[in-house]
Amino acid sequence: MKNRIGTVVGCLLILVWCLLPVAWIISLSFKSEAAITTGSPGFFPADGAGAGWDNYKAVWDNEQFRRAILNSIGISLIATLLSVIVATLAAYAIARLEFRGKKLVLTISLAIAMFPVVSLIGPLFDMWRAIGLYDTWPGLIIPYMSFTLPLAIWTLSAFFREIPWEMEQAAQVDGATSWQAFRKVIVPLAAPGVFTAAILTFFFAWNDFVFGISLTSTENARPIPASLSFFVGADPFNRPASLLAAGAVIATIPIIVIVLIFQRKIVAGLTSGAVKG
Amino acid sequence: MSSTSVPAAALPAQKSGPSDRARAETRLGQKLVAPAIVLMLVVTAFPMLRAIYLSTFDYALTAPDDRNFVGLGNYLTALTDPLFWQTTGVTVLYMVVTVAVELVIGFIFAMVMHRVIFARGVIRTSILVPYGIITVVSGFAWQFAFSFQNGFINGWLPFVGDEFNWFGDTTPAVIAIMVSEIWKTTPFMSLLLLAGLAQVSEDMIEAAKVDGATWTQRLTKVILPNMRAAIMVAVLFRALDAYRIFDNIFVMTAGAQRTESISFLTYRQTIEQFQLGLGSALSVLLFLSVLLVAFLIVKLFRVDLAQARQES
Repeated sequence: MKNRIGTVVGCLLILVWCLLPVAWIISLSFKSEAAITTGSPGFFPADGAGAGWDNYKAVWDNEQFRRAILNSIGISLIATLLSVIVATLAAYAIARLEFRGKKLVLTISLAIAMFPVVSLIGPLFDMWRAIGLYDTWPGLIIPYMSFTLPLAIWTLSAFFREIPWEMEQAAQVDGATSWQAFRKVIVPLAAPGVFTAAILTFFFAWNDFVFGISLTSTENARPIPASLSFFVGADPFNRPASLLAAGAVIATIPIIVIVLIFQRKIVAGLTSGAVKG
Repeated sequence: MSSTSVPAAALPAQKSGPSDRARAETRLGQKLVAPAIVLMLVVTAFPMLRAIYLSTFDYALTAPDDRNFVGLGNYLTALTDPLFWQTTGVTVLYMVVTVAVELVIGFIFAMVMHRVIFARGVIRTSILVPYGIITVVSGFAWQFAFSFQNGFINGWLPFVGDEFNWFGDTTPAVIAIMVSEIWKTTPFMSLLLLAGLAQVSEDMIEAAKVDGATWTQRLTKVILPNMRAAIMVAVLFRALDAYRIFDNIFVMTAGAQRTESISFLTYRQTIEQFQLGLGSALSVLLFLSVLLVAFLIVKLFRVDLAQARQES
């Protein structure tokens, strides 16, 4: 009984911990500009101080912000797709084949996962300007791929180890061609792992800030986190908190949707890659 | 696939007389991992070498034609500047405090999630929200929460005046940044620890219970020792992550009030002040200090990296 109460209290603690700041930023986004500059306005919008959807309208009408959303979606999706394809090839080799250099691949992945990203922005900035990749989509897609590969390779090779590959031969013995065996047997088994790796990769790309502010300079390729941080209203000394909050909420929606739909897969992917069962 | 006309000398030396099949497998394996390796190295190893090269020049983009070789001069400039040591100190402080706090809270969360039978999906979903949220957004959320103009924290904390400016002095500003960092990354820590908890066999805990071990004894004598590897891997990952802290500092204080981390200092020199020479030297120093931190953690705690690398 005592345990039961402890668990319930613990659950409530987790919920408050995780959701309070999110509730706060949503609440902030519905306050009017006047209401939040009067000092300690409290957590929820006071009566008559609500702005309704005005902040959202203002943000959405902002050309810069709309471009940034488009950039983020495009860049993140392309980087995710390419990264997962490359990682799938590598993870398949690691999980199924015996070859020299296997350890090296895993060591390099581990090293890259711990690499200080900021160390690269000077030379990359210099190189990208020299070869014309500065402030372009590919200029961000390439580094995103490099830095998501370790996570994708780990997650995928953990998943691929669990697949009963004998089933492919079994299907062939039963008269399937090798292509049929691959498509009907292996693809359905491998799909969940590939999908999980894709979600984690997408999170990384959507979240990146360092490359976003260093390798872009205009709306041409600037992703949403960078755009939010440079977003100043009419008065640069007083950041328009409620407008920014509305922008932040819009930028968070895709993440929340993905989490809501795929939470089980994400947890499995996060824990399988790090600790071997 | 029989072997093609590759002379035997060109093949990697293997155990004596490898079969054609093994040779083909090695070739296929290496072909399949090649694109990943190339991609990872092109964006990391190559720029890093370039940074080492650039760091030996006095080179600023404000005067691109004026490049002078200065040898190790930039390193000397950086290492003799008190600012470099001060930012390194603050960075280590961020790392130690956030990881320690996260380890405790994350472990409590993991214990709760491990025991919970009802509402699993709800708990799992909410724990992933801070993990998935953009760091910049969480920085904004906490900055506005702490702000005396439009936040609520001053109103909620009884021992803080309503007009208190959290970002007006080093200590409170560092605390505010740490809070945002801890909030965002504790869930990740707790998920890793949850995976570790799942590996502790229930039978052992039961056996300890039967032998009359108290709850505390079961925790310290059975659960924690069996989770050692998982805890160490989680600490290593998070510590290196925290050492690279950048996003929330950028958003919350922009490095003011001496809250600047070593990553932030490097960024400022390189991108904002166009000092590519000195910035590259700082990049190299940052890289070396991350290596050092990783090395110290692995050595001090004897982390079993095979666990992280998943050697089968």
